[in-house]
Amino acid sequence: MLSALLALGILGVLFGLLLGYAAIRYKVEGDPLVDKIDAILPQTQCGQCGYPGCRPYAEAIARDEADINRCPPGGETVIIALADLLGRDPKPLDETCGEEKPKMVAYIHEELCIGCTLCIQACPVDAILGAAKQMHTIIESECTGCELCVAPCPVDCIEMVPVKQGLDSWKWPAPPPPPYERPAADDDPAAEPAGAH
Amino acid sequence: MHRLFQFKGGVVLKEHKKDSSAIPVRPAKLPPRLILPLKQHIGAPAEPVISVGDKVLKGQLIARAGDAISAPVHASSSGTVVAIADHPVPHPSGLPAPCIIIDTDGEERWRPRERNVFNFADLKPAELREIIRDAGIVGLGGAGFPAAVKLDPQGHEVELLILNGAECEPYITCDEMLLREHALEVLAGLLMMRHALNAKRCIIGIENNKPKAFRALYEEIRNTGADVEVVEVPTIYPTGGEKQLIQVLTGKEVPAGGLPIDIGMVCHNVGTAYAVYRAVEFDQPLISRYVTIAGSVAHARNLEVLFGTPVGNLIEECGGNRHTLRRLIMGGPMMGIALHTDAVPVVKTTNCVLVESAMHDVPLPSRNEYAMPCIRCGNCANACPVNLLPQQMYWYTRARDFDKVQDYHIFDCIECGCCDYVCPSQIPLVAYYRFAKSEIWAQEAEKRAADLARERHQFREFRLEREKKERAARHKKKRRAVSKGGSDDKKAAIQAAMERVRAKKAAQDSAPKNIDNLTPAQQAQIEEADRRREQRAKENHTPMSTEDSPR
Amino acid sequence: MTEYALILISTVLVNNIVLVKFLGLCPFMGVSRKLETATGMALATTFVLTLSAICSYLVNEFLLIPLDLEYLQTISFILVIAVVVQFTEMVVHKTSPVLYQVLGIFLPLITTNCAVLGVALLNVQQQHGFLQSAVYGFGAAVGFSLVLVLFAAMRERIAVADVPEAFRGPAIALITAGLMSMAFMGFAGLVKG
Repeated sequence: MLSALLALGILGVLFGLLLGYAAIRYKVEGDPLVDKIDAILPQTQCGQCGYPGCRPYAEAIARDEADINRCPPGGETVIIALADLLGRDPKPLDETCGEEKPKMVAYIHEELCIGCTLCIQACPVDAILGAAKQMHTIIESECTGCELCVAPCPVDCIEMVPVKQGLDSWKWPAPPPPPYERPAADDDPAAEPAGAH
Repeated sequence: MHRLFQFKGGVVLKEHKKDSSAIPVRPAKLPPRLILPLKQHIGAPAEPVISVGDKVLKGQLIARAGDAISAPVHASSSGTVVAIADHPVPHPSGLPAPCIIIDTDGEERWRPRERNVFNFADLKPAELREIIRDAGIVGLGGAGFPAAVKLDPQGHEVELLILNGAECEPYITCDEMLLREHALEVLAGLLMMRHALNAKRCIIGIENNKPKAFRALYEEIRNTGADVEVVEVPTIYPTGGEKQLIQVLTGKEVPAGGLPIDIGMVCHNVGTAYAVYRAVEFDQPLISRYVTIAGSVAHARNLEVLFGTPVGNLIEECGGNRHTLRRLIMGGPMMGIALHTDAVPVVKTTNCVLVESAMHDVPLPSRNEYAMPCIRCGNCANACPVNLLPQQMYWYTRARDFDKVQDYHIFDCIECGCCDYVCPSQIPLVAYYRFAKSEIWAQEAEKRAADLARERHQFREFRLEREKKERAARHKKKRRAVSKGGSDDKKAAIQAAMERVRAKKAAQDSAPKNIDNLTPAQQAQIEEADRRREQRAKENHTPMSTEDSPR
Repeated sequence: MTEYALILISTVLVNNIVLVKFLGLCPFMGVSRKLETATGMALATTFVLTLSAICSYLVNEFLLIPLDLEYLQTISFILVIAVVVQFTEMVVHKTSPVLYQVLGIFLPLITTNCAVLGVALLNVQQQHGFLQSAVYGFGAAVGFSLVLVLFAAMRERIAVADVPEAFRGPAIALITAGLMSMAFMGFAGLVKG
């Protein structure tokens, strides 16, 4: 009996020491997972997820406080990517956070702008050019479409406009589902999708 | 006898080439209006150097190259520039693009000759490339990559310069006719290209279904004694693909994701060689090319077409299509694109105009209406000339798993359509791959934009922090200075400053002195200003008018 | 030499620990959704299995048997396994945080993987020597990894295929596992014993 206790006890102590040493030797600093989550998020810094920016949301996901379906600008792509990264199941976008909208950029109507700099202070990526009592303008290529500048403007001169789609940004459309996957509705031959040759 | 190799896969197609190669080529009729897109090549669009209303001569530069990888555009005929505007261009999207539109005057007056090259071998390769670049020459095989860039060895040793006369797609015979009629000029162009690249060997590869073209080239090589070899390759589609032709002629494979120059080879189209000859010998920029018009037209043939000619004009010139049009294709049946309108112009990369109608069925890659489930037969993998796994790429694109699709090397797919053609379930495979590629590119672009936005955001936070710290430091310094007592001088200065502020405030507080005894003119002015202010206040509360939208 | 080769073939193919002996089914079903995670899990389990087989043998041989404490085999083997798993967990957390996050709960669950304890106990039952225990443990791990990777590859393809509604998810996975098991049972008779 005693030998049993002693044997197991010594074994336990030895292993405990080994583990203790290993815990110190292999200590992990910081949380690189947050960086990986942050790399997936679209960096709009809009706050629609409920957190003040993309990094705080990433940290919340890593801590398991936030669900992965709270990002409207990221849309389904981001939800699926996060699900893949974290080994969870993808879910549809949380409606309370907002809806997925086509990409927009802000536009300042210059004849109404009074040069108050309130929108400049609101922009999370410094995409507005201007100074006090000088004309303000949006740098279109840097605007992420977060809409944080629209509210602070005292003369309501900022409008969200859809991004112009040209030949450069055109994408091949997804092939439509084949006939055997469509519900057997009516039989009129489907119109040829543009450029489907 | 040159030893030939094989590439795995490929399909043997019915050629349909007899109709369009029966009669000699003549120039197409001059159209009343030419539409010249600013981007007829791979790279940055050209920038116009003329304005609306200018009179231009044939061959005049109308748009200069936009970038290092770009090509200039020249007027195909003399006339007046009527517009620089958006116009439908040959693109699968059907979207318009900026074009220069010229109304021809019918006189075809050439611009004066600017250069005279007596012996191209006296030029330095860089000078030769300069001439080629200024002539707006791009790859006429279909891709449209600026030829001057592709004639720059960029430090590599060029073992072999291949001229691609294979023309493997059915219906297309423009390269064949060019070789039959201008073999000597093509040969001369090849020698000029060899000089530019400092290549060791030259081979012209042509498929064995073009005996007349082969004979023409062989005779010219024998007569001129040029150190060039012309080799017949088996007629298998897609031998005309750059990488496939290299494999057939040399047995070497271009590494995945790489370029032929990585293994010391360069491949150009025979049409490009002809254009090089004309540019160097006659100082003629690239303004026309041979185009095959085939399919459901009364007289299928080849024409020498000026760029900017609307496609509809060509079809009419060939007798037109008298049956219900099913599809108008620019390019061949395997790799061409369906056009949305016949008003699109012929551009530098147009090799064929194919008319498909109810009376003339073109054997095309599959259409989605007839698609059946994939039975995993593996025919597609057997047919793929690039040794990819089309079946896997199809399933993963269907599931939108783009990471796995990239693992299967989708960017090495040349979109030849072989897999599509052999699929027993008639699944439109190439449509899936094109979709996958553009999705992946779009995702990468978004990722780059997101990374940039993150950097800007982080810098902004850093900037705000820095400003706060600077302000705090300044504050502390000032407070320390003040609390240290300071000398009497300073106290006096502070007192004087405070006096000034008080005086200013007193001056401001005084009521305005000009509100009584107003003249009628002044009163009218005041009423006008009041009215304007009320109007603006009303406007500010109305919703934004849509005319103000910039797009 | 042939003896060790035979042990290897026996544990990897003929008496495959997952598909023939039906041990270690939990991570087999749980971690085989993606090939990368399956490979990571396979490596982790190989490390744990081999090391714990060796350590269990040593503990048994030099502590339990001399002190007549064979009845403590189960608990002391579990102790050894738990320590090895903890150690592995720390190393994985340090070297690959993504793998750590993705494996999630399955990494510490290697402790309860009946394959690990099973191999340790089978070594005792079959009275293997030191080298034989090591080879047996390693072979079982290789068999486990082989089957896990194969199954993960198949599941990835099934995930994007046209599975009928009723069979989607765990159903088709279990059917596939059953078919694989029948295939592996075909190896019976390859090795004598």
